[in-house]
Amino acid sequence: MKEAMLNVRGISKDFGGLKALNNVSFEVGEREVVGLIGPNGSGKTTLFEIINGFYLPSHGSVECCGQRITGLLPHEIARRGIGRTFQIVRLFPKLTVLENLLVAEQHLKGELLLHALLKLRHVEAEDRANKEKALKLLELVELGHKKNELAENLSYGQQKLLEIARALALEPRILLLDEPDAGLNPTIARKVFNVVKELKKEGKSVLMIEHDMETVMGLCDRVVVLDFGEKIAEGTPKEIQANEKVLEAYLGKVKK
Amino acid sequence: MIDLLGMWPYFLHLLIYIGIYAILGMSLNLITGYTGLLNLGHAAFWGIGAYTSVLLVLAGIPWLLALVASAVLAGLAGLLIGFPSLNLRGDYFAVATLGFGEIIRSILINWSEVTRGPLGIPGIPRPEVMGFVFESNEAFLALVLALAFLTYVFLRRLTRSSFGRVLRAIREDEIAAQALGKDVNKYKLTAMGIGAGFAGIAGGLFAHYITFIDPTSFVLNESVLMLLIVVLGGMGSLEGSLVGAVALVLLPEPLRLIGANSDITWLKTGFAQVRMAVYALVLLLVIIRLPQGLLGEGRNRK
Ligand SMILES: Nc1ncnc2c1ncn2[C@@H]1O[C@H](COP(=O)(O)OP(=O)(O)OP(=O)(O)O)[C@@H](O)[C@H]1O
Ligand SMILES: [Mg+2]
Repeated sequence: MKEAMLNVRGISKDFGGLKALNNVSFEVGEREVVGLIGPNGSGKTTLFEIINGFYLPSHGSVECCGQRITGLLPHEIARRGIGRTFQIVRLFPKLTVLENLLVAEQHLKGELLLHALLKLRHVEAEDRANKEKALKLLELVELGHKKNELAENLSYGQQKLLEIARALALEPRILLLDEPDAGLNPTIARKVFNVVKELKKEGKSVLMIEHDMETVMGLCDRVVVLDFGEKIAEGTPKEIQANEKVLEAYLGKVKK
Repeated sequence: MIDLLGMWPYFLHLLIYIGIYAILGMSLNLITGYTGLLNLGHAAFWGIGAYTSVLLVLAGIPWLLALVASAVLAGLAGLLIGFPSLNLRGDYFAVATLGFGEIIRSILINWSEVTRGPLGIPGIPRPEVMGFVFESNEAFLALVLALAFLTYVFLRRLTRSSFGRVLRAIREDEIAAQALGKDVNKYKLTAMGIGAGFAGIAGGLFAHYITFIDPTSFVLNESVLMLLIVVLGGMGSLEGSLVGAVALVLLPEPLRLIGANSDITWLKTGFAQVRMAVYALVLLLVIIRLPQGLLGEGRNRK
């Protein structure tokens, strides 16, 4: 049994009368890519917000590497090693592509006020090392040539890619991707696919919300299915494709 | 003909004002331009600095020490207003700072045992450092420029460091910054504290230049002017704030000269209002025609 990077335990979330999540539990193991699927409004993004600490769950808790993270602030949770992208990209539009990545660097001495002011030599060395690391990540998403461009000038697809690279710059233990290829043309969607494939090869743990079954088949080791806030199935992509409850949830939605 | 040489004292006066407003503009830029906190109460920090310095100096404390106290006290005031307002979004933060400015103004007016209220405090001595008194305006200008330069160097270092990069990231998207592990509140408070502290220094200069202060110097109009300096020069550009300070201190002056050399009485007697009208006009023009400001971020960057 692989060690659980992320352990979602009995999470429920009520918004007023609406039960957005109801007693959802699952794990993401080390070096595992898990897909989170479900019809629109089934609570996938809400679960991400809870894992990240932007929402508090009504019940249940989340653990990262055996440590409870529920109740911590979003930035504390990020520092515990959870990186994420957003369903609708959230870049720093007026920062350059490279700067967007550099913001993600952790434990920067240059971020300490005194160091920033004194401009010590080891801070500069750290800066250089970080820049090199960031440039490598930009190569991974094929945005190296855009490094000095303002993020707002990138195409939507490039912005999605940049957001993934930025989350990676955090050096997360687990990466959460919220529909990384939604709304992209096939070429860029392919690029996103390849990036995640590369991460998988490197042994990163990933939890990704994804609508496209083909992508799920190609990338995920395991799939968790939500419908109206309930986990209705969990298994390999093959099992999920054949699962009747899942078909019903999706077809039911189509009928509506 | 205009007697340029005879106008030197007048230019000197304007240069001193430019230096003081440059400090105010740059410090506000840290808060509003870099960190994205719309601060409509910057004049209050300026006022706190002015009164602190004056009261301490009149109590016998050396000016330099009093200036440090001005910076510290104004900085603390920045934290004080910043702390409860941190979780307010955009416009509400602006309203909170606006309210803060009004509170400080009414304290200055009503706490008359200390501030002498609306009467103001006259007879403020010029700054004295180790026996040297900055009595002449030339000497005072040198002092102002030196402090403006130090402010520039300090804030430039700060804003160009990774610390500054995080401030700009927070301005662009707080949620994303948090998701990258940044303690957004800590950064915002630091920016408020430092920005307000430098405004306090500007206050400690200003009071000992005009040698008389009363609460009317530190009002909303002034906060708006400071904001205009930042917006005209460009959000997120310290050099822009320098340019903005030069431009906006000088801009209404031709009207003053015309007023002085003609018999357009409304221009003579109502110059203060004319000046604010000019600023309102500039603000409109900038917002419509030049939203990035003269040297704003993203204008001249490759
Ligand atoms: N802040 C909120 N306040 C109230 N209701 C909310 C809030 N956030 C989400 N919801 C509701 O919770 C339910 C789940 O939303 P969520 O965004 O998690 O769905 P999703 O699975 O991500 O859907 P999609 O595939 O469309 O992205 C929806 O009914 C939504 O309207
Ligand atoms: Mg969603």
